[in-house]
Amino acid sequence: MTSDAILSVAGLDVFYGASKILFGVDLEVGRGRTLALLGRNGAGKSTTLKAIAGVAPPRKGNVRLGTSNLAGSRPDAIARAGIGYVPEDRQVFPMHSVEDNLAIGAKLGPQGQDFWKLETVYETFPILARMKERRAGLLSGGEQQMLTIARTLMGNPEVLLLDEPSEGLAPIIVQAIADLIRKLRSMGVTIVLAEQNMHFCLGISEDAAVIDKGHIVYRDTIQGLKANTEVTKRYLAL
Amino acid sequence: MLEIDALATCLSTPACLVNQTTSGLIIGMLLFLVASGVTLIFGVLHVINFAHGSFYMLGAYFAFTVYQLTGNYFLAAAAGAVGAAIAGIVFERLIISRVYGQNVLMQLLVCYAFILIVDDAVKIVWGAEYLAMGIPAEFRLPPYRIAGGFVPPFYLFLVAMAVIIGLGSLYVVTKTRFGKIVRAAAHNASMVSALGIRVPIYFALLFALGCALAGVAGALAAPVRSLTPGMGLGILVESFIVTVIGGMGSIPGAFLAAIILGLTRSIGSVGFPLFVDGAMFMMMALVLIFRPTGLLGQGTLR
Ligand SMILES: Nc1ncnc2c1ncn2[C@@H]1O[C@H](COP(=O)(O)OP(=O)(O)OP(=O)(O)O)[C@@H](O)[C@H]1O
Ligand SMILES: [Mg+2]
Repeated sequence: MTSDAILSVAGLDVFYGASKILFGVDLEVGRGRTLALLGRNGAGKSTTLKAIAGVAPPRKGNVRLGTSNLAGSRPDAIARAGIGYVPEDRQVFPMHSVEDNLAIGAKLGPQGQDFWKLETVYETFPILARMKERRAGLLSGGEQQMLTIARTLMGNPEVLLLDEPSEGLAPIIVQAIADLIRKLRSMGVTIVLAEQNMHFCLGISEDAAVIDKGHIVYRDTIQGLKANTEVTKRYLAL
Repeated sequence: MLEIDALATCLSTPACLVNQTTSGLIIGMLLFLVASGVTLIFGVLHVINFAHGSFYMLGAYFAFTVYQLTGNYFLAAAAGAVGAAIAGIVFERLIISRVYGQNVLMQLLVCYAFILIVDDAVKIVWGAEYLAMGIPAEFRLPPYRIAGGFVPPFYLFLVAMAVIIGLGSLYVVTKTRFGKIVRAAAHNASMVSALGIRVPIYFALLFALGCALAGVAGALAAPVRSLTPGMGLGILVESFIVTVIGGMGSIPGAFLAAIILGLTRSIGSVGFPLFVDGAMFMMMALVLIFRPTGLLGQGTLR
């Protein structure tokens, strides 16, 4: 997998003020693959995604997309380089319509990719097409989650960072989100999925990494992780 | 103090009513343009541009000079807007962006320093004495007679321009991609930037738009007011009153409040000449007491 990695993260150290949160985090994501980043509450999943996206700039380490090193760049430059970040708290623009939220995310990909535009997004997310005039702040949690994912896709990223897209949603909505991620995967989108819930990831991702107290403690396929009850017990409390 | 007779006479004489209304509208439209810049900048950047009057002054002086050089008032007005916008970008990038999110006293101090510098620069370039542009050649036509009152063609032009520019800014802010991005960034700049957008450039452009509004107001004022270093201060104070009455962040609110204030000024100069300023501040106080978000305001730009 190393050779065809599209995103590789090496030796990331992140601090919030004086407290060190990430300790030399290494990750590799193959092109078109989906990596589940699993860990308990406060393990450092969100911080890892934020560091990759430049929202929480790493103090040390590399973030390579293709051949360019993005560590230390501003979030907007990282996004234009092809990393799309969907934050865990959704952050739709509540006063804007659904369509305006999407329009704000619109851009070409780093290689001029233009697959994702309003039509393709509405085709993939029919629910958003039905609500395009509605103010985003009025959408339900699940609809807002769909909207943030779609908004980031509008930027035609090469890698999509999804932070706990199932958090706080009703089971039926979680199912819909899982279907959506599978669909994106089948379309060839490379995804890093931060999750607490391994079962949610089982049918979605191929690869898995486990993070604990800011250290990557385990790397395998998701099936390998599932079979390793020692690890799942110790780090995922399953 | 209250000149009831004079007021009653004027209000019952169509000619006087027309004259006072036109001059009220002139005052109101200039205020509207300046205040909509203040309100836009505050609504998006959450900073009160205490230096806004300087851009009004610069617009007037740029227009004055370009009119002297070319004799073309339309070119002069455009120069006022563009010149103020450029000055605004420089001010935003070099100075005010460094105090975004900081203590308002710090912002006030920085703006005050800028006001003094620009006033002195104007004295050096254009001199300290009053300058008068006069009604531009394009508008030296006989006044329209409406119901016995006289309305100079330039006044009509000024009002029409202010309305068009006001509608144009509203369109830019609510309908264009630029406006959508800027409004989203007003609430959540870090999310907008995570979508790949260079937020600081948008903020600088928004600031420039606000300054261009002040600059064009200065250019429109140049033919009907005298130019002097420090001329920005009076309109700054009044445009703050307009912004507070209309509601921070609301362009329609600024329009409504500016007309109310303009008419208060012109009709008040007949009916209560000694209490015109007092009446304006009283209105502001009443709005602050009974409707603190202003007539049409919602707190920030939406
Ligand atoms: N802004 C911050 N300032 C200081 N500490 C923070 C900040 N954000 C997170 N932390 C700390 O960093 C650690 C990792 O947090 P992070 O949000 O990355 O965890 P997580 O794995 O995403 O957890 P969750 O499953 O709850 O979302 C936690 O101990 C958290 O308390
Ligand atoms: Mg998290």
